[in-house]
Amino acid sequence: MTLQTTLTRLQTARHRRRSAHARAVAGLSAALALAFLITLCVGQSVTPPGDVLRVLAGIDVPGASFTVGQLRLPRVVLAVLSGLSFGLGGAAFQVMLRNPLASPDIIGINAGASAAAVFAIVTLSLGAPWVAIMAVVAGLAVAAAIFGLSFGDGISGGRLILVGIGVSAMLDSAIAFLLAQAPAWDLQQAMRWLTGSLNGATLDQALWPALALATCGSLLIGQRRGLEMLRLGEDTAAALGTDVARTRLIVILTAVGIIAVATAITGPIAFVAFLSGPIAARIVGPRGSVLIPAALVGALLVLAGDFAGQFLLPGRYPVGVVTGAIGAPYLIFLIIRANKTGAT
Amino acid sequence: MTRTRSQGFWLGATLLTLAALCVLSVMVGTRHVGADDILAALAGHADTIGQAAVATRIPRTVLAVMAGAALGLAGAIMQGVTRNPLADPGILGVNMGASLAVVIGIAWFSMSTLAAYVWVAILGAAAAAILVYAIGSMGRGGATPLKLALSGAATSVALSSMVIAVVLPRNDIAGGVRSWQIGGVGGATFAGIAQVAPFLAVGLMLAIPTARRLNMLALGEDLARGLGESPAVARGLAAVSAILLCGATTAICGPIGFVGLVVPHLCRLLFGVDHRWLLPLSALTGACLLLGADTLGRILIRPSELPVGIVTALIGAPFFIWIVRRQRIASL
Amino acid sequence: MPDNTLSARDLSSGYGERMIFQGLNLQIPAGRITAIVGANACGKSTLLRTMSRLIAPKAGQVLLDGKSIHAMSPRHLARTLGLLPQSPIAPEGITVADLVGRGRHPHQGFLSRWTARDDQAVAEALQATGTQDLAERAVDELSGGQRQRVWIAMALAQQTDLLLLDEPTTYLDICHQVEVLDLLVDLNRARATTVVMVLHDLNLAARYADHLVAMRAGSIDAVGPPDQVLTRDMVRRVFGLDSMVISDPASGRPLMLPLGRHGVAQPAARSA
Repeated sequence: MTLQTTLTRLQTARHRRRSAHARAVAGLSAALALAFLITLCVGQSVTPPGDVLRVLAGIDVPGASFTVGQLRLPRVVLAVLSGLSFGLGGAAFQVMLRNPLASPDIIGINAGASAAAVFAIVTLSLGAPWVAIMAVVAGLAVAAAIFGLSFGDGISGGRLILVGIGVSAMLDSAIAFLLAQAPAWDLQQAMRWLTGSLNGATLDQALWPALALATCGSLLIGQRRGLEMLRLGEDTAAALGTDVARTRLIVILTAVGIIAVATAITGPIAFVAFLSGPIAARIVGPRGSVLIPAALVGALLVLAGDFAGQFLLPGRYPVGVVTGAIGAPYLIFLIIRANKTGAT
Repeated sequence: MTRTRSQGFWLGATLLTLAALCVLSVMVGTRHVGADDILAALAGHADTIGQAAVATRIPRTVLAVMAGAALGLAGAIMQGVTRNPLADPGILGVNMGASLAVVIGIAWFSMSTLAAYVWVAILGAAAAAILVYAIGSMGRGGATPLKLALSGAATSVALSSMVIAVVLPRNDIAGGVRSWQIGGVGGATFAGIAQVAPFLAVGLMLAIPTARRLNMLALGEDLARGLGESPAVARGLAAVSAILLCGATTAICGPIGFVGLVVPHLCRLLFGVDHRWLLPLSALTGACLLLGADTLGRILIRPSELPVGIVTALIGAPFFIWIVRRQRIASL
Repeated sequence: MPDNTLSARDLSSGYGERMIFQGLNLQIPAGRITAIVGANACGKSTLLRTMSRLIAPKAGQVLLDGKSIHAMSPRHLARTLGLLPQSPIAPEGITVADLVGRGRHPHQGFLSRWTARDDQAVAEALQATGTQDLAERAVDELSGGQRQRVWIAMALAQQTDLLLLDEPTTYLDICHQVEVLDLLVDLNRARATTVVMVLHDLNLAARYADHLVAMRAGSIDAVGPPDQVLTRDMVRRVFGLDSMVISDPASGRPLMLPLGRHGVAQPAARSA
């Protein structure tokens, strides 16, 4: 084969890859927009899409303004924002550590943010901004502790995951203790929060995750090329001119930032951070960065999970129970597959 | 020979420590009780509040010793069977399996007696253990520490979200489940202890003949077979014993993590790797640890109490991390 | 015009507290093939990794054209010096073309897109390694030999003047070992690329390298052309092995024949 034919073949293949990636992202975005609209239209009653759009445009529609504007909109907006945060942050960790199991909900970062949030809510009775700040600080502290403790001759992914499991066991018992010490806080409510719930969502809560996504989220997406290089292993990435330490630091700070803020508002919605990356990878295939697709998948998961938990199941369940029920078997499936290929 | 003598010394020392801790456990509590009340309570009186308080400490102490011994022993057996330094009923998700089974029993089948809990907990523990081990030993390299710990952690997360899904719609049982889940020996009664004692006894009986077999297994499956041992039999016996021990303990105390992890490591460090010494010493040390943790939990945050499961997690998790760091697992 | 000389000056390196080598000096001849040999754990990989900036030295410097490589920007360095680690990781499902394309990373700016030059470089690298027909296959499906050629293609796409390889022939059977080494010689001849590799096999090193570096316990035992370095004395010092060194009838280079206690006409003396 001549150089020219190789070249042409390469170019066509690359174009195909790139447009497939773009199509996947466009498809996911469209699905998200559609899900957004549907969840605004459908609830205990069904509101016509026209009315929903009018409410969104700020026009007062008798009967719809309250249900859509006050009840459904905050919930749906918060679902999308937290889903984007969990999906993006989770996928960033999985890609960086080259292990789908290294998602923040398994290595203890969610547990750190939760412990701080529970402490702030239950013990100190603080308001939303302080809860968010404490969750972020605790999330970062836990991340720093996990990374610090797993540092030996360079960071080994396996050791990091194990240390994370240990740290989350400790934090879980701290959370259990905090809850046991606070009989005033309704137990049901505590459990609901700990699985992640959108109950009582208000639009002003959305400010925090939105801000976090705009700042940390965009910084994180800016690192996607460096992250792609890290998938080749630290050595190869460094040999190809990636500043491994810097990329890692930025990714950890920003990913923990968005995840902790979202956790502080909605609770650690089970498995969304873990599930989004692998599902997105299934959809886009091994071509190009998985970060943006994963964020979109995360938002879809939370939207759909919350909708199912409210209206499709007998009884009302918080979104975390629904995502947990989907996530648990998938997690086990992933471990089985990873073990079979020897990837762990 | 010197090894045996030093092991004998440690055996004596552990027994003495356990005796001292028992005395301490009866004397110390959230309430200060005078010496004469303690003596009166030991003689069977429960006339004053002080005497009554001490009277509840007696079964509690007995339970802590039994549960600690069972967990320490189960941990040593599990680590021996899996040849895996991170094996622990908590880490491997066995406790969570027992939890889910008990919670389902309470929520769906209106179980309320301890006798029922025990059976269900053992079934749940067995199912979780088999599942985790099956997942963890797939693929290349068999059940490596990382793979087992990961499948255990993942299964735990999965099971605990199922627990929540079962409990959430049931306002009526949430409180009971929660307090059972945190783990503790606080509500111990002799009647309750009598319910689980037979299971623990069977577990213990099965554990005794496994010691020598575990020594063989420690050499690796192929070599053990070459030395005339049947690995499947040895594994099965050990697994049944460990599951009985931790299932029964979980049924009465709720899931208590990390005792089974910490104790065998400590014992190996002090007494060497011969399972004929390691198993009994792990049981004794486990009893000491759980009893000590329970006593500590009573005085740490007076006037309320820290459940023993939380104390052991707070002690055990840093220990777990220490083991992970000490291990040369760069290949993970 | 840079002449791409790589050298180590008073270099000390190690992991954590553990020092692997200290005060080491080494000059890599430009445009030639250098092989670093030595017994297990003598520090050869550590030396290669320190010289390619994967490990920060404890003391001393690695100089590229007189400038310390640890003071350069990573991307800038990666345009001149390439490295293939011992066991590189291929992301699941990635295609050969995509993987080789990753080698273009140091040539792309923060925002700049893929250019025609990148395509050209990838096509040339595939062609040079004979992997053009594998371009759309997934890397995980390839055989060990094919995979190693793909990794070398990635390093070629990087278009560096220096290429460092850490045991490029491990896990390959002898036929693929020879194939990979032939490929490196082709590259060296065609582009005058300076090649530095750690090799396990002393005889293959002597056959293919212009320059040998023999290491023993963290220090350099001998440096020079193979016929000066590969001697009976060197083998005894470096590997603790009795041997016979003859002239390779196929190449005229030295060939080492190990002498154990059995299976040879003049067995080695039983060591006391």
